[in-house]
Amino acid sequence: MAETTLTHTEGTAATRPDGLEGFVSDWSSDQRTFKNVPWGKAMMWIFLLSDTFIFSCFLLSYMTVRMSTTVPWPNASEVFALSFGGEPIPLILIAIMTFILITSSGTMVLAVNYGYRKDRFKTAIFLLITALFGATFVGMQAFEWTKLIVEEGVRPWGNPMGAAQFGSSFFMITGFHGFHVSVGVLFLILIARKVWRGDFDIEKKGFFTSRKGRYEIVETLGLYWHFVDLVWVFIFAFFYLW
Amino acid sequence: MAEVGAEIERIGPAEVEDVELYHAKSWITKYVFSQDAKVIAIQYSATAIAIGMVALVLSWLMRLQLGFPESFDFIEAQDYYQFITMHGMIMVVYLLTALFLGGFGNYLIPLMVGARDMVFPYVNMLSYWIYLLAVLVLVASFFVPGGPTGAGWTLYPPQAILTGTPGAGAGIVLMLVSLALFIIGFTMGGLNYVTTVLQARTRGMTLMRMPLTVWGIFTATVLALLAFPALFVGAVMMTLDSVLGTSFFMPTIVSQGELLKHDGGSPILFQHLFWFFGHPEVYIVALPAFGIVSDLISVHARRHIFGYRMMVWAIVIIGALSFVVWAHHMYVSGMNPYFGFFFATTTLIIAVPTAIKVYNWTLTLWRANINFTLPMLFALAFIVTFVNGGITGLFLGNVVVDVPLSDTMFVVAHFHMVMGVAPILVIFGAIYHWYPLMTGRMLNEAMGQFHFWVTFLGAYMIFLPIHYLGFLGVPRRYFEMGTTSFIPESAHTLNEFITVVALIVGVAQLVFFYNVVWSMIKGKKAGHNPWKATTLEWQTEEVPPGHGNFGRELPVVYRWAYDYGVPGAEDDFVPQNHPPKRAPARAAE
Repeated sequence: MAETTLTHTEGTAATRPDGLEGFVSDWSSDQRTFKNVPWGKAMMWIFLLSDTFIFSCFLLSYMTVRMSTTVPWPNASEVFALSFGGEPIPLILIAIMTFILITSSGTMVLAVNYGYRKDRFKTAIFLLITALFGATFVGMQAFEWTKLIVEEGVRPWGNPMGAAQFGSSFFMITGFHGFHVSVGVLFLILIARKVWRGDFDIEKKGFFTSRKGRYEIVETLGLYWHFVDLVWVFIFAFFYLW
Repeated sequence: MAEVGAEIERIGPAEVEDVELYHAKSWITKYVFSQDAKVIAIQYSATAIAIGMVALVLSWLMRLQLGFPESFDFIEAQDYYQFITMHGMIMVVYLLTALFLGGFGNYLIPLMVGARDMVFPYVNMLSYWIYLLAVLVLVASFFVPGGPTGAGWTLYPPQAILTGTPGAGAGIVLMLVSLALFIIGFTMGGLNYVTTVLQARTRGMTLMRMPLTVWGIFTATVLALLAFPALFVGAVMMTLDSVLGTSFFMPTIVSQGELLKHDGGSPILFQHLFWFFGHPEVYIVALPAFGIVSDLISVHARRHIFGYRMMVWAIVIIGALSFVVWAHHMYVSGMNPYFGFFFATTTLIIAVPTAIKVYNWTLTLWRANINFTLPMLFALAFIVTFVNGGITGLFLGNVVVDVPLSDTMFVVAHFHMVMGVAPILVIFGAIYHWYPLMTGRMLNEAMGQFHFWVTFLGAYMIFLPIHYLGFLGVPRRYFEMGTTSFIPESAHTLNEFITVVALIVGVAQLVFFYNVVWSMIKGKKAGHNPWKATTLEWQTEEVPPGHGNFGRELPVVYRWAYDYGVPGAEDDFVPQNHPPKRAPARAAE
């Protein structure tokens, strides 16, 4: 949504030019480069940019070792198949996991939307639903790891199907992503609790920052959550489908 | 009356309400677990300098061994490699990066852009404590069995984690964990610095009115946020290789007559990850130095910086280019030679914005009213040293010239000149410049002069001969030369000379530390704005600035940071927050 007016603490809202001219005027203005963007949101965007480099480095490293090893790479659709009634269905678990995670992005959007309407009850509910989807994702990942480790004998240092780098890259990358999801779930629950209690309606000061709590933080958390989802799409494409 | 540089325009009202500061309730929360960027800055600086002293002592031990081989029983080959590794890593990451960004960044950014503090002080505080933890983990590696890692500061696999290398067990793992912690801690601070510059400037402070110091630190922080991830990933993967026996970086390899279980990894991958971090790292250290030195020159020569806009764009362009030059560290790694061609080209292109900066510094000084104050002396020394280091960079940036020079002392001399001596000269200059702001007292001039001349001349006496040793073909990282036919006897004599000078220069730094402590108690009172600077940090109500930096009202900025030598001005300079004399001329409506 394009913001074309500028909120000032005093006086009337000033209008800003649109398009490229607006971009130039924002960057050559005083006080804030990203107008009407709260500090926390700006900081989250910058963090996500940095985190993008981390995930990119992980994925590029995975591609490099996949090419450097001389041992054949295990067939992902066989390794990640589940049998139902004796018939193996390739990638079924991961398909469900992906579906759940993408759905959670949808519920996050609803939470952000209700947050901006200051609908305390619905915001908290959708945050909790999102957290539930996230927790389900991590739970299914734990199931997947257990199956690979216990039944298939995949270890970080080797596996019976092929190149040792398969297991090491898999555990490292999905582990790092799963850690992101888990942190997200914790924060979703934390923020849901604050929303539920009405902390943001009375602008109660945060424990960490001693800054006023506002509903904006729901959107900031949403940015993180969508990012983690987006990263999953790349992991899914490069690891499971390649 | 028209004032030079005073831009006449209407300053809009505040867009963000003034923040409510966190008020410390006890001594502990005020000075130990402090959320005030200025206190955090001093904590960062003190820790960085303390660990830097360890690295300095390690360099003495190395010099003792190189100057007088077979004279010291307590330095064995493996100790020497541990000294090299820890000296390099501490100096580059834990001293220079932490001091420029965590130290100067924290102190100067909020003050210079007119903010009360960093945007998220609590996160900023965590940043320091995680940095301290990283330093402690690093120090712990000196005390584990096998000692710290001796893999060379670049930590190249496979040898970094093979049994024959000193500290291959616990040492390397602690090193990698410490780096990962450092990166996590730095990210917390770095996000704060970037967000503060972008979103928390005061009224009237546009990006193009910021002092170059802030531009340098800001751009360097952006580089760090994008470059450290590569090192983080490399550290995670090497830790896994070492602890779990994975094979990210480990190829099939025979170590001490035994075929290891590793198979199919790519050692070159680590080099790419390391240098994707490592080259921007050079500019993470250099850009804040560029920025600070620009301000020092301008203040102490009473002249506006020449080509301010060019200086800003040069910083940004250098920052951007620094991400596409990393493999010039890898010409002899077995990488595809066509890559070498590409990276040599991009490397030489960086010389263009860098040369713009050097010319602009020189032109700022041209016919200026140069005051040979201590900060100015250090700034001038920096320019000379940086040009020197930059020129040897041209040798090493070209593939055909680099190949015979690589892994010789020439490389050591080059990077010590350009990213060791040069930034440290700026750090000293900056301390002499801002010490009056931080403590309210001036540093002693006589001790300062002594410190400067010994450090400056000493650095040249140490590193110029090392270039020559490099041309002779003396390899770097060798514990001792022994009797090698191509190394003449004179090279050994030269090595003795270098060692003696290095020890003298090292000891001379004690004068500086004594000065810092002595002046805090007995130094001349500085008063407000002793250097007659225009920037906001000198315009605070209290000196040193109190909690919240500025008084009740945040300053409003009306002009750029370089109104020096203004004709007609009362005091030859106009501070940034000085309103123009005449009411703004409004366009006809």
